[in-house]
Amino acid sequence: MSRMALPDPAVLASAVSGRDRLALATALNLLDDRRPAARQCAAEFLDLLPAEKLDADGHLIGITGPPGAGKSSLTAALIQVWRQRGLKVAILAVDPSSPISGGALLGDRLRMHASGADREVFIRSLACRGEFGGLSAEVWPMSLAMLAAFDIVLVETVGVGQKEIDVSKMTDTTCFVAQPASGDSIQFLKAGIMEVPHVIVVNKEDIGMAARKTLSDLRNTLGRRTDADGWQAPALSASAALGSGIEALADALDAHRNWLLERGQFTARRQRCQAEWLVKHLREEFGRYGIHRLGGEDALFATLMGQPRRRSPIAEYEALRARVMQ
Amino acid sequence: MTTPTKRDKPWLMRTYSGHSSAKASNELYRTNLSKGQTGLSVAFDLPTQTGYDSDHPLARGEVGKVGVPIGHIGDMETLFDQIPLGQMNTSMTINATAAWLLALYVAAAERQGASPAQLQGTTQNDILKEYLSRGTYIFPPAPSVRLITDIIAYTVKHIPKWNPTNICSYHLQEAGATPTQELAYALSTSIAILDAVRDSGQIGADDFEQVAGRISFFVNAGIRFIEECCKMRAFTQLWDKLTRERYEVQSEEMRRFRYGVQVNSLGLTEAQPENNVQRIVLEMLGITLSKNSRARALQLPAWNEALGLPRPWDQQWALRMQQVLAFETDLLEYGDIFDGSPVIAAKVKALVDGAEQEMARVQEQGGMVQAIESGYVKRQLVSSHTERMRAIERGDLKIVGLNCYKETEVSPLTGGVDSGIMKVDPRAEREQIERLNAFRAKRNSTEVKAALANLAETARSGANIMPASILCAHAGVTTGEWSQTLRDIFGEYRAPTGIDIPANDDTRSAKVVTIRSQVTQAGIELGRPLRLLIGKPGLDGHSNGAEQIAVKGRDVGFEIVYEGIRLTPEQIAKAALEEGVHLIGLSVLSGSHIEMVEDVFNQLDKVGLKGLPVVIGGIIPESDAQLLKDRGIAAVYTPKDIDMNGIMVDILNLIRKANDLKPVDPA
Ligand code: B12
Ligand SMILES: Nc1nc2c(ncn2[C@@H]2O[C@H](COP(=O)(O)OP(=O)(O)OP(=O)(O)O)[C@@H](O)[C@H]2O)c(=O)[nH]1
Ligand SMILES: [Mg+2]
Repeated sequence: MSRMALPDPAVLASAVSGRDRLALATALNLLDDRRPAARQCAAEFLDLLPAEKLDADGHLIGITGPPGAGKSSLTAALIQVWRQRGLKVAILAVDPSSPISGGALLGDRLRMHASGADREVFIRSLACRGEFGGLSAEVWPMSLAMLAAFDIVLVETVGVGQKEIDVSKMTDTTCFVAQPASGDSIQFLKAGIMEVPHVIVVNKEDIGMAARKTLSDLRNTLGRRTDADGWQAPALSASAALGSGIEALADALDAHRNWLLERGQFTARRQRCQAEWLVKHLREEFGRYGIHRLGGEDALFATLMGQPRRRSPIAEYEALRARVMQ
Repeated sequence: MTTPTKRDKPWLMRTYSGHSSAKASNELYRTNLSKGQTGLSVAFDLPTQTGYDSDHPLARGEVGKVGVPIGHIGDMETLFDQIPLGQMNTSMTINATAAWLLALYVAAAERQGASPAQLQGTTQNDILKEYLSRGTYIFPPAPSVRLITDIIAYTVKHIPKWNPTNICSYHLQEAGATPTQELAYALSTSIAILDAVRDSGQIGADDFEQVAGRISFFVNAGIRFIEECCKMRAFTQLWDKLTRERYEVQSEEMRRFRYGVQVNSLGLTEAQPENNVQRIVLEMLGITLSKNSRARALQLPAWNEALGLPRPWDQQWALRMQQVLAFETDLLEYGDIFDGSPVIAAKVKALVDGAEQEMARVQEQGGMVQAIESGYVKRQLVSSHTERMRAIERGDLKIVGLNCYKETEVSPLTGGVDSGIMKVDPRAEREQIERLNAFRAKRNSTEVKAALANLAETARSGANIMPASILCAHAGVTTGEWSQTLRDIFGEYRAPTGIDIPANDDTRSAKVVTIRSQVTQAGIELGRPLRLLIGKPGLDGHSNGAEQIAVKGRDVGFEIVYEGIRLTPEQIAKAALEEGVHLIGLSVLSGSHIEMVEDVFNQLDKVGLKGLPVVIGGIIPESDAQLLKDRGIAAVYTPKDIDMNGIMVDILNLIRKANDLKPVDPA
């Protein structure tokens, strides 16, 4: 693998769509590559991925929650259930970077280890490399590449503060994992600081009382509240350790996807995800100034949602970037 | 001196040994006994310890290597052929599969005509420390605690002279623990276990004193031998207090702290290995000098500990060290020579206080099991070990021959055709598998099936596992079958790695800062941050080296993927592909490096990663290093390579080379 050799984007895109594991790994490396030639190649690659899969197929799920709540353990348990249902699963697991060294220990993978040598499960870890609301800027483009090859793509965020659930803006369905006996998330929900995720699950129900109490508090707080689209988030209980409540959790995630499909919102949501990613990324790079140069946030969203989704987020980003720098 | 003085009885002298096959190990044991050794200490091979038959794919390369393979009752009978079990005192270093090996031992003894009540010895059976250091756990913590409990309850009733569990602080020191941590975590473990026995309902309140009295400990003794002596006095005090206050044990006899020792091996060096003899002797003093806290049993490592497995002659030398101390010196003629010393008392108090604080911290988290599951204890150990490694690197912690006084004459000890270590015959694995197949062919399969069904039923019902296991032993069940039955019911577990610790001060040193910028720069040149996969293939549980490389790697700016111990080569290749790493670093200390490297390369070819640079570290004899390089390994590291910064620059340059970039200069 010489440092200059870039893959042929068309060959790569068709191999990824054909579910070639080496090709997907190569694609993810490419999407991580910041050299200009690689960015160009990545943009072309994304354009060549099958549109129907990226716009209207698969299920892109975000899983978030405080550190140690059991996001990775639940993911491992969900993988088992999905595999039994014949679904192929890809995971993007985001871990914190060391603020001092910039290095990182990518530890989520260990908890998901149960997938052993299963070739229909693909796990890529990412370091968050600075801020991005518990994500990493590469998450969206990488999710697209994974959607081209897998039925379910799940993004696990860094265990962030309890109120940021940015991942909800870049996935079809967001699942928030609550830690039993920690009232913070409930407070944030009550105060309206935290956006309501699509599914809430209290993990570790095996510990008993504390988990039951958290669940009933959450149910009281949520009441019959719905999100902006009218979806009413269920609050569930599970234990990754015992494997209990996992089928129901998988069903609840799937119910939200069906709900989006029935209401014809699915494709629009994917488009919205891309718009959110573009704006967030621009804000990261240029601050408010950049957004202002592009006419302000509302106008920017209106334009992005008004036009058909340009397939390659990287190409679109570069175009917007050029406009800011004009 | 002419008048014979009254001397105390010496401790039990053992040598930890076993290799190749039950037959070869039996011969070794009989020779050792004829040399004046007074008890046996059985080392099992890794497949036996982790519950796999010799022909399981995961056992490849490990059969008969670091210990004896015991696959069924036939092996157990051979192991103790002509050794009367009714009279022997046997210590078995066995944990996850302790219930099974004890069952085989009981069954073999019965076939010799000895009754269980006669048997004397020890099953290590401390599975909690396996999650923290030793690595041969199988099941999640809850069923593991249940197995420990079952063995205790069974032996207290039926094998009253048996030590059912040896709570280990030994392995914690080998994983970096300070004396305070050793005290605190071993005693916290004893709380978890005694609580579990009490709550299991298997032992009546009247018999609980017996249980406390049967608990023994397995402790480490490091080179700071005054402090270690104080640690033993602290242990004695803390245990007395714990059993008296928490468990209301009335009898002083039952509250006595009983322990065996293996002296420190982590500090034994590959460089100038003859110096290890002095270290071992000094370490032995720490746990024998004070009569009131003297060890009950002692086993010593050999001078060539860091080179590879000891030969019979090396082990004999270690045994003779004990005998010289016990029989030539006047040690055993005196009462306690430290009682009344204010210096010793003050040090003991400091250790007791520190340990009690840390024990309280563990209890606040819900106890030892929870503190293990959350990763807390493991992180504490990795932090302490990291401090130790940095101190050695800086030269603040002096190790003669390693980081000071390095000049040396050529050693005559490591000459010889065997380069001074024991090499297990590679035919041992194949022959063991042949014997296993022959055994399987001869047994009554209906009986085996029934015994296993009964075992499964017992495991589910929560009844004591021992009687069903002894039935399995007599029926001819194999180690792999017994374990798989329980795996299916209890599930399997992966312990926290503990490497997610904060960066320590060294991270700001000029050297590290320079390397970090070089790593970042290479990441920019290659388009994305550099990633390393640290892999531990096979059944090897030695994680220290891998953990230290992982932490150091993060601190110099690499992104690190490390999934803990016991991965298959297939899983390693899969992770390398999925994670897009720039280099794989393997760590193998069990001696199976040739087989593991072969398999990893084959798997890498299979997934399309031919050419990805792979390095390896661990216990690798020089002659094997060349073989590995011929097979494609880019670099080999061994315990004498203590310059971790240097290793990091090497790795960086290997990545640069693989990607056609010019190397950077060492920091
Ligand atoms: C500590 C230790 C243990 C601890 C391990 C704790 C832990 N969690 O790691 C405990 C007490 C649990 C233990 C147990 C056993 N041990 Co032990 N152990 C040792 C000991 C004393 C030191 C190893 C160590 O940790 N060194 C410190 C670390 C930092 O050094 P290191 O791993 O060598 O790493 C350095 C380099 O090698 C290199 N490196 C290592 N890995 C990597 C990876 C990469 C990518 C890179 C770049 C570099 C690199 O960099 C490091 C920096 O200097 C050695 C003997 C010795 N003195 O070396 C025996 C030794 C390794 N153990 C041995 C044995 C047999 C066992 C047992 C299997 C015994 C048994 N029959 O049950 C058990 C079971 C363990 C298991 N599950 O596999 C044998 C192996 C024999 C062989 N290879 O032929 C040895 C050599 C002792 C002996 N002579 O008999 N052990
Ligand atoms: N009792 C209990 N413990 C659990 C359960 N699920 C996870 N844990 C434990 O909780 C700890 C954290 O689990 P993870 O799955 O790593 O949590 P996470 O949210 O992914 O953590 P980060 O990625 O570090 O933020 C581990 O010690 C798990 O063993 C559960 O259902 N019950
Ligand atoms: Mg996680």
